[in-house]
Amino acid sequence: MKKRLSYLFAALLVAMGFTVASGATSAQAAEPIKIGFFAPLTGFAAQTGKDMLAGLEFYLKQQGGKVAGRDIVLISEDTEAKPAVALTKVRKLVEKDGVHILIGGLMASTGYALQPYVDGKKIPTLYPVMAPDDITQRKRAKWIVRTGWSSSQPSHPFGEYAYKTLGLRKIVTLGFDYAFGWEVVGGFQKTFEEAGGKIVQKIWVPVGNRDYAPFLPQISKDADGVFALLFGAGALQFVKQFKEFGLKDRYTLLGGGTTTDEHVLPSMGDEALGIYTSLHYSAAIDTAVNKKFTVPYREFAGKSASYYSEALYTGGRWAIEAMTAIGGKVEDRDGFLKALQQQTLTDVPRGPLKISSYGNPIQNVYIRKVERVNGELQNTVVKTYPNVSQFWKYDPKEFLKQPVYARDYPPMMK
Amino acid sequence: MARAANFKNKALLFIGVSVLLVLAAQVLSTYWLSILTLVLIFGILAMSLDILMGYTGLPSFGHSAFFGVAAYTVAILSTRYGVGFWGCVGGAFLLSTAVAAIFGLLVAHTKGVYFLMITLALSMVVWGLAFRWVGMTSGDNGISGIPRPDLGEAVSMGDDVNFYYFVLAVYIAVFLLIYLFLRSPFGQSLKGIRESESRMKNLGYNTWLHKYLSYVVAGMFSGISGILWAYYNGFVSPSDVEITASFEAFLMVILGGPGTLVGPALGAGIIIFLQNFLSAFTERWLIVIGTIYILTILYLPHGIMALNIRGLKFNKTKTLSNDQTSGGTS
Repeated sequence: MKKRLSYLFAALLVAMGFTVASGATSAQAAEPIKIGFFAPLTGFAAQTGKDMLAGLEFYLKQQGGKVAGRDIVLISEDTEAKPAVALTKVRKLVEKDGVHILIGGLMASTGYALQPYVDGKKIPTLYPVMAPDDITQRKRAKWIVRTGWSSSQPSHPFGEYAYKTLGLRKIVTLGFDYAFGWEVVGGFQKTFEEAGGKIVQKIWVPVGNRDYAPFLPQISKDADGVFALLFGAGALQFVKQFKEFGLKDRYTLLGGGTTTDEHVLPSMGDEALGIYTSLHYSAAIDTAVNKKFTVPYREFAGKSASYYSEALYTGGRWAIEAMTAIGGKVEDRDGFLKALQQQTLTDVPRGPLKISSYGNPIQNVYIRKVERVNGELQNTVVKTYPNVSQFWKYDPKEFLKQPVYARDYPPMMK
Repeated sequence: MARAANFKNKALLFIGVSVLLVLAAQVLSTYWLSILTLVLIFGILAMSLDILMGYTGLPSFGHSAFFGVAAYTVAILSTRYGVGFWGCVGGAFLLSTAVAAIFGLLVAHTKGVYFLMITLALSMVVWGLAFRWVGMTSGDNGISGIPRPDLGEAVSMGDDVNFYYFVLAVYIAVFLLIYLFLRSPFGQSLKGIRESESRMKNLGYNTWLHKYLSYVVAGMFSGISGILWAYYNGFVSPSDVEITASFEAFLMVILGGPGTLVGPALGAGIIIFLQNFLSAFTERWLIVIGTIYILTILYLPHGIMALNIRGLKFNKTKTLSNDQTSGGTS
């Protein structure tokens, strides 16, 4: 008898589990507009993910948490910086929570992983950070609107700038060994070499690498500049060791925008002074619109704004203004998507922003130089390239005939 | 008599759970169904690892290698060469088993920590290939857009419920196969090796061959879960074959109870449920999972299955594995 009872008990438990589980999902016909946010909130990239979340929360707070008479609910999920986890979490946001729009993501691989699912489910999706070139180039996604950038976009003008203005001729590149690194470095190489310069050596380091002692002695004595594409703790360590190895006086140090982004810049010291980088944002952009964002944001988040927080601040605004434009009718997904694509905002912190027919922003690119102002390091803007497209000066059709930038594309010049 | 009754109990429970799993598809929303699908897929992975860890006494840190090889094979064959379902499944099954057969030659003579380290190193080789062989694997970007299998007009796997049934059918088949495998004289010889390899040698067994075959069979079943995973997710990337992936499978087995077939399946269920459920409430969900591991190791060193649920004796091997820890296999 006892055994029988225990079966019954076990079966009951399981049955209860199922009813609880299904009960929790049936209440979906609610009024508020749901925004699904996903980013790494744990793991090696947690800091950037938290900056992103803070940017979005800050905008929603400023904005009042309501649009067209409907409440806004923000549901956030942790992707652990793993594409497969991101996919599972996005499934949850869509199928269980029933979100009306997805915003977020950090790693380039996540960007590619989500594309078939999002297109299949027809969920309007914003990529405010994820920058893999092909999402808006060779593998365009219908339901994804990018308000961020494509990896090579700020590198194209920078290559020319390095040759013409900085007068560099031979450069060694050092970058994280994955799609984002290849694309940032590749874009730089293309325009730098077309201007007349030469990339003499490319060094690839594992993503998240923290010790550069094995790599620094490899840097060619022949070069006059070093281009570094890193982020997070790796960027901190590299800049420090670059000085310690006595290389700072010998080479001009350049980098992708994330190398000196404000998520690491406050932790750097004088060794960072004078680094040139390019990005579509700098917390030090000297406009009233930007100050209206950076000053209260610092109070809200307790630290300075980074490109990641600006990306979600602007991304959040992009979504909300599109919702306003369609009177809050987010259930009409086609209409919502159209509103997201056709919008133009002229007064976001980074400058004017609109989306090209390829789904990628046309926006300013800033060449920045690290300086110390009022005791704090900042990315001072030294040159602005207005309204840069992901194709730079090239014809889109011609540009798309070349393969996407990769580890060995463009190839080394002989 | 007691044994026969126990067997009957187990059989009844197995059928009961299977029926419940079938019914679940009618009750659950698509989200929970997809989580349950995930649980079944990782259940297969954990059970296959248990063949090595729990039954042969060879803890492997590289078990996701075969999982990854199979998943990548499906991805590459289906997206790049347009191979159909059976071609992909056959190719992935053969290739992952072949890789297990080759790796097995390198690891089967070791045990304990050495086995751990070599399997770890070999799985890093697979990871390195996935990451660096960009022309074939697309490197860090991974391969997306793997179509769900299509078994003719009637059964479209694009439908989540159908796909769930498909995974469930495979799961039940794999469960029974592993069960029979472990109960066979060969399976018993593996337990013998776990308890005392030298004694088995003295009895005339070729223990190397038995360990080797155990490794290959475990790799084969791991490959099956990899195939399902590729179709489930429609996407593979190097993170599927990272150390952390192997480690996760390892923890599923430990949590559930090595040396019990049900335990690892349960462990997989608990970990995946916690990952997807807790993380909605707190960023600190890793702390919760960590606490559960520590408590398990402190109070249930033989896993959840060592909990003596009234009347159900899954933990027949408990005393055996007790001997194992005190006997010292290193």
